[in-house]
Amino acid sequence: MNANIKRRLFIKGSVAAGTLGAAAGAGLLTPQTVLAKWSESAFHAKSSATALKNLLGSDAAEESSAIKIKAPDIAENGAVVPVSVTSSIPGTESISILSTGNQTPLIFNAKLGPGAKGFVSTRIKMGKTGDVVAIVKANGKLYKASKAVKVTIGGCGG
Amino acid sequence: MAKSSIKIRAKEKGGVTTVKTLITHPMETGLRKNKKTGKLIPAHFIEEVTCEAGGKKVFVAEMSGGVSKNPYLSFKFTGAGKGDEIKLSWVDNKGGSDSATAKIR
Repeated sequence: MNANIKRRLFIKGSVAAGTLGAAAGAGLLTPQTVLAKWSESAFHAKSSATALKNLLGSDAAEESSAIKIKAPDIAENGAVVPVSVTSSIPGTESISILSTGNQTPLIFNAKLGPGAKGFVSTRIKMGKTGDVVAIVKANGKLYKASKAVKVTIGGCGG
Repeated sequence: MAKSSIKIRAKEKGGVTTVKTLITHPMETGLRKNKKTGKLIPAHFIEEVTCEAGGKKVFVAEMSGGVSKNPYLSFKFTGAGKGDEIKLSWVDNKGGSDSATAKIR
């Protein structure tokens, strides 16, 4: 219930940027600000494009070879898939990890503060075989890289 | 005192501090069913992990239920030296939280 209201407010806020008052007051006009609040509309989005738009303001990302994804080719257990992303793009601000096969593709978004290196490593769940996509935001632009991971046992269902 | 849910290792080498951490958390997506009752298990996952060093936020990770149970997280940053303290804290979607500090070695 509460979540829905928040989402409404968020949409309102992002569409009508002029009406800053209400949205900013509710602390919801923050998806693009570094070190902002958890972005519910992005993490609950059912498609990668929507998730990225809600999180970073755009889903137009350029392929980049400066992003390296380390993940297994075949994940025997989809519940635990180790993923490391290294970005050598200067001025990397954030690294997001998505799994295209998941019901809610956006899994992880790391916001890098001053001094943080373009590197993050974690373990994710993958519902089924799909691509692990890394989106890097640097200097206001988005870059991406992806890697196909075959999942033999899904990690999201029962 | 209850055992901390966070384990941290922070190591400095050549000016770069590598932080590795393990957090004990169920990370329920809210999409999984309880096999016995057939009911959905309510979502319970960490939304945000924050790392502070020297009073500054150096790294913030936002997560969804798509991160594995007992999340592992590793990252690197510069600007801290051996003996400095880092603080790591997390908040989950039910308002639960925990924090821990560690010295960089």
